[in-house]
Amino acid sequence: MPLEISGLVKRFGQGADAKEVVRGLDLSLRRGECFALLGPNGAGKTTTLRCALGLTTPSAGQIRLAGLPVPAQAREARARVGVVPQLDSLDPDFTCAENLIVFAGYFGIRDSEIRPRVPELLAFAGLEGKDNARIQSLSGGMKRRLTLARALVNKPELLILDEPTTGLDPQARHLIWERLRRLTAEGTTILLTTHFMDEAERLAHRLAILDQGRILVQGSPRDVIAEHIEPQVVEVFGEWDNSAGQSASGAADWAARHAGALSRRCEISGETAFCYTDDAAPLLAHLAHQPGLRTLHRPANLEDVFLKLTGRELRD
Amino acid sequence: MTATQSLLAPPRLSPRLFAVWRRNFLVWRKLALPSIVGNLADPVIYMLGLGYGLGMLVPQVEGVSYIAFLAGGTLAYSTMNAATFETLYSGFSRMHVQKTWEAIMNAPVALDDIVAAELVWAASKSCLAGTAILAVIAVFGFAASPLALAAIPVVFLTGLCFAALGLIMTALAPSYDFFMYYFTLFITPMTLLSGVFFPQGQLPDGLRAVAACLPLSHAVELIRPLLLGQIPGHIGLHLGVLAVITVAAFWTALILTRRRLLN
Repeated sequence: MPLEISGLVKRFGQGADAKEVVRGLDLSLRRGECFALLGPNGAGKTTTLRCALGLTTPSAGQIRLAGLPVPAQAREARARVGVVPQLDSLDPDFTCAENLIVFAGYFGIRDSEIRPRVPELLAFAGLEGKDNARIQSLSGGMKRRLTLARALVNKPELLILDEPTTGLDPQARHLIWERLRRLTAEGTTILLTTHFMDEAERLAHRLAILDQGRILVQGSPRDVIAEHIEPQVVEVFGEWDNSAGQSASGAADWAARHAGALSRRCEISGETAFCYTDDAAPLLAHLAHQPGLRTLHRPANLEDVFLKLTGRELRD
Repeated sequence: MTATQSLLAPPRLSPRLFAVWRRNFLVWRKLALPSIVGNLADPVIYMLGLGYGLGMLVPQVEGVSYIAFLAGGTLAYSTMNAATFETLYSGFSRMHVQKTWEAIMNAPVALDDIVAAELVWAASKSCLAGTAILAVIAVFGFAASPLALAAIPVVFLTGLCFAALGLIMTALAPSYDFFMYYFTLFITPMTLLSGVFFPQGQLPDGLRAVAACLPLSHAVELIRPLLLGQIPGHIGLHLGVLAVITVAAFWTALILTRRRLLN
């Protein structure tokens, strides 16, 4: 198996100041799948990846990466893994091609072996002909794509990406998604972390939602949505002219009066009421007679599950 | 193995450290000429300026002209400076600013390999600069004896020693500003106490005892006689002190770097 984690615990600090960032995490990736780790900031995603790569010693638990025990044989295991880190770490002193060649050297790959593959790797990243381009001249999206190409110099069986599309424009995100799909189609296993639910919903065969160091749910995006949330959502917002003819008030007042009877569950966030229901028809019929209130009716998605499970408070 | 034990573990190195060394070498090669000129200009100007200028006032020092006396000291302290700058400013850039080390650690290279590669690279670079300075010294006729060539391995060892000390500072530094303390509180006083510009015999007794413990003193005690065509006294002692400081400082730097990056 590409990655197996059981009972992973990671504490930082000692004694009373100790902070448990990962608290008993089990995870196992199947060969050839794309697995997404979702979670708010501080959920333990990056720490889990660092433990998996043997870059920090777990406080407890077992890890096998590419079939090898980690951290004991982390170096050998990493030889078969590619990593796209969260922060850009390309070598600014080198050109695009030199970045790939020098990085291959860290895997013990000879120049004569990697040089003929450089055009192919750059083409995969949509950077044809950029061999001699300086890193400073690349856009954010191009740098991320070059980092992806760099992670492939050793033809990894497992590719780990930590927030691969954070900060990219839609065009760049779509290109990365397309390349990742191509890699899984060719048999590469992918583990990625992301804040973007649509990214996980599109790419991942399976996903896990992580919060406070524990996995809350795990499964295919469709199953997770089906199991953990009502299928329909009606978002209600705007001014509410209530029937008593008093002055206008907000969607929250409307929800307090009516949402309980018309939806299975209702959450208020700011000025918007999120009504979750199995059948939206009665709710929509009622709302059609509430002048001033505006509605958005849509199927429930992963973000709804995520917010239901991890709450709506800010995490930073 | 607990986390604390692995922090204190002796260095575990692999041949992959040469791939990291090569990375630094390839970057240096792009700017080799300006880099050498930069490392060369300052010490040579000081040596010629002080040597000829001050040398007019000082007839002889320890039996040779002042500039011939100064040549060995210049080679020693400029090696120290080159190794120190490389591990402090360039090393910190690679570790903290550019995240180069983090990228390398995602490959099958351990942090121990990276820190060792930085050590050997900084010594190599200071040795390249030192050899260029030695060539200039020879052109001016202050390194006439073939014994002067034996100064090159001593320069390399001096580079290792100060690179190891520098790596400790790099592991502790929150930002570039931190390095100013190291220069003003350690490097500059050491340069003045180690017999670079004047014989240590001029120092008061108490200071002389302190000065004898400084690594730069031992480098000067080895390099100066070699440039003057003499076999240095107490070779084993001086080499031993430099080697012991190198090993102890490197191990300390490794523990501090592991604590910083692997926790």
